[in-house]
Amino acid sequence: MSLVKVIIDNIEVEVESGTTILNAARKIGGSVVPPAMCYYTKLEGSGGYCRSCLVKVAQGSAKDPRPMPKLVPSCRTTVQDGMVVQNITSPEVMDNRRAITEFLLLNHPLDCPVCDQAGECHLQDLSYVHGLEETRTTEERRTFEPIDIGDKIKLNMNRCILCYRCVKVADQLTDQRVHGVLGRGDHSEISTYILKAIDNDFSGNMIDVCPVGALTDKTFRFKSRVWYTNPMDAHRECSKCGGKTVLWMKGDEVLRVTGRKDKYGELEEFICNDCRFEKKNPNEWIIEGPRKIERHSVISQNHYEKLLIEENNPKIKIEK
Amino acid sequence: MAKQILLNNINVPGLASYEVYRKLGGYSAVEKTLKNYTPDEVTAEVKKSGLRGRGGAGFPAGMKWGFIDKSTDNPRYFVCNFDESEPGTFKDRHIGQLNPHQLIEGMILGSYALGARSSYIYIRGELFYVLRIIEKAIDEAYRNGFLGENILGSGYSLDLHCHPGAGAYICGEETALIESLEGKRGNPRIKPPFPAIVGLYNCPTVVNNVETIANLPWIMNNGADAYAAIGIGNSNGTKLISACGHINKPGIYEIELGLPVKEFIYSDEYCGGILNGKKLKAVVAGGSSVPVLPAELILRTANGEPRLMSYESLSDGGFQSGTMLGSGGFIVMDETACIVKNLLTFSRFYHHESCGQCSPCREGTGWIEKILYRIESGKGSMKDIDLLTDIAKHIEGNTICPLGDAAAWPVASAIRHFREEFEDHIKLQRCPLSK
Ligand SMILES: Cc1cc2nc3c(=O)[nH]c(=O)nc-3n(C[C@H](O)[C@H](O)[C@H](O)COP(=O)(O)O)c2cc1C
Ligand code: SF4
Ligand code: SF4
Ligand code: FES
Repeated sequence: MSLVKVIIDNIEVEVESGTTILNAARKIGGSVVPPAMCYYTKLEGSGGYCRSCLVKVAQGSAKDPRPMPKLVPSCRTTVQDGMVVQNITSPEVMDNRRAITEFLLLNHPLDCPVCDQAGECHLQDLSYVHGLEETRTTEERRTFEPIDIGDKIKLNMNRCILCYRCVKVADQLTDQRVHGVLGRGDHSEISTYILKAIDNDFSGNMIDVCPVGALTDKTFRFKSRVWYTNPMDAHRECSKCGGKTVLWMKGDEVLRVTGRKDKYGELEEFICNDCRFEKKNPNEWIIEGPRKIERHSVISQNHYEKLLIEENNPKIKIEK
Repeated sequence: MAKQILLNNINVPGLASYEVYRKLGGYSAVEKTLKNYTPDEVTAEVKKSGLRGRGGAGFPAGMKWGFIDKSTDNPRYFVCNFDESEPGTFKDRHIGQLNPHQLIEGMILGSYALGARSSYIYIRGELFYVLRIIEKAIDEAYRNGFLGENILGSGYSLDLHCHPGAGAYICGEETALIESLEGKRGNPRIKPPFPAIVGLYNCPTVVNNVETIANLPWIMNNGADAYAAIGIGNSNGTKLISACGHINKPGIYEIELGLPVKEFIYSDEYCGGILNGKKLKAVVAGGSSVPVLPAELILRTANGEPRLMSYESLSDGGFQSGTMLGSGGFIVMDETACIVKNLLTFSRFYHHESCGQCSPCREGTGWIEKILYRIESGKGSMKDIDLLTDIAKHIEGNTICPLGDAAAWPVASAIRHFREEFEDHIKLQRCPLSK
């Protein structure tokens, strides 16, 4: 693999050729990383839909320095040697990101007060940074009735941003796809084939990849706001998956189990439905310690001290 | 009479049958080409003719064929885009219905040039009766040895299939068409890669419009130079124009590119002037997606030159004062037409047809329709006009496929040229044109 040099927001970085602009920016880290609402590293063919990651290519490459005529999705555009990219340094990019945020919120119910995703929602994050202060919409929003996708997953289509991540989970992780998009345009909806329940060892990962509160865990529904729970890294012997998870605890109760997400909200490993839905007894887990959340969301506002947790929850023993 | 390539025999009774088409010299281009030309020589001839794609974008056909990688043994595909669903455009249907063999002959020539062994005509689902006609014609071509194994003893074999869509405008976008042909949901693909590299079943593929393909027999019979002699500038050949709206003679006309717009609208050979002697107000010159122009700018360019029916002249002045030839759907509006209402009709269409993959188009098209509906029904506010411009601006260029642009351009142009009419709707709280 040859290395290429790219400049993103005046910062130079060297990456393997074939790397996307988004991943090159992630290598630099910090504020030059474009927000990615639909791209997901582990899901093949993801990205390109939401347009939140659009950036400006001011110089195509060292060989062909012409700028690209339109903004490009950084998650689907590969870098060239000598490419110059503008993200937060381009007023045009920032203006468009404001518009994309507005588009994504146009039909969104803004029901954060009753949404289980609040506090760890990527759409909330995006709107904090790029949203307008005042809404310019007076139009009625499109609405759907919430439905069950299998007995453990709730679909609230009103909140969906059609990022296609869950569709790709169904395509790529489960052996018989019964999940996809019906209809067209702003009336399209996520559905299982004629409401066929998704009953598959890995279907629960849809909940973790969903950037908003459209797919939520029915076993956690309305139990607690996430920011009142303590995330703990934990693992167990599992025959189906790696068994590495995060337990979201209140006192000594396990309210929810999820996979471990990195700072971009992407799972380090997919986990099976047994670990996610069936193991709510802390004794079934080896608890490693508090999970550090590196995101700017509400959930990272809590600072969990090991001591504090052990003091308050005598039943929990944190392994060294 | 102008030169006719596509419509010269169109009124001959029974043209859709093999016998009549053959008697008029049909399939002679296949005979000549398979005998005397290598596939690359056909591509070179089409390149030299200057034939441009008639589906809307006007991309040079020969150049597109040239992108196909012929170095591997992978299958290659030639696909005819017969999804014709753009409001105002109804020219391909005419060829398919009345002269299907000319399209099939073109398919054989194009397939031969690309080395395709299976080719497809993807036809709009609503045109089921045309599908029947084409299927019958394909049968006849097989029976007479122009399709199937070892055509005319040349060693070249080709299978041709006609496949109906299921009622989606977006399946006219070439990569959505390919997805649909593969049996998937008709979502446009994210490009690159382009179909010439990764197309149907992930193989190199060329998608061309019906009219583009129907020109091929004439070009192979008469030579690239004869074709290039027709037309003006970089707009070679003839063009089918489907004319509709407030004109005396709506219909489908074959014009030589370069014809003055004024002559097209007012001469008796073509549209025959405005209905009931009314005044011309505006024209949408190339199907609903292209910018609308007011009478003075469609007849003359901003420099005062007569506007011609050609790729260059119609786009003269950019979007500030020009438009596009597009697919040739020519929609004429007289002084009684309401621009806001017309725009609402178009915007409703784009909202309905957006595939919904990317957020600017999925959300923006619906928003535009709702705001226009509000203005049209007398409940708009002055702020809405700038809001519309702002939404259109942020859809344009930010989407996966050009449907987003197609939805934005009519909005931007209607406000650019007819802002007062929007303001009047808001001030009067009704359409100023209705009593
Ligand atoms: C939304 C949309 C709809 C389209 N519909 C058609 C169509 O119905 N027929 C067509 O020939 N091209 C259509 N096109 C253009 C095709 O994508 C493609 O450019 C064309 O088929 C290429 O053929 P040509 O080079 O011969 O013009 C459409 C494009 C878009 C974006
Ligand atoms: S349900 Fe969630 S993951 Fe699925 S498309 Fe909608 S927002 Fe994306
Ligand atoms: S621009 Fe519209 S039609 Fe094209 S891919 Fe995006 S949502 Fe679909
Ligand atoms: S993250 Fe790139 S388009 Fe959605």
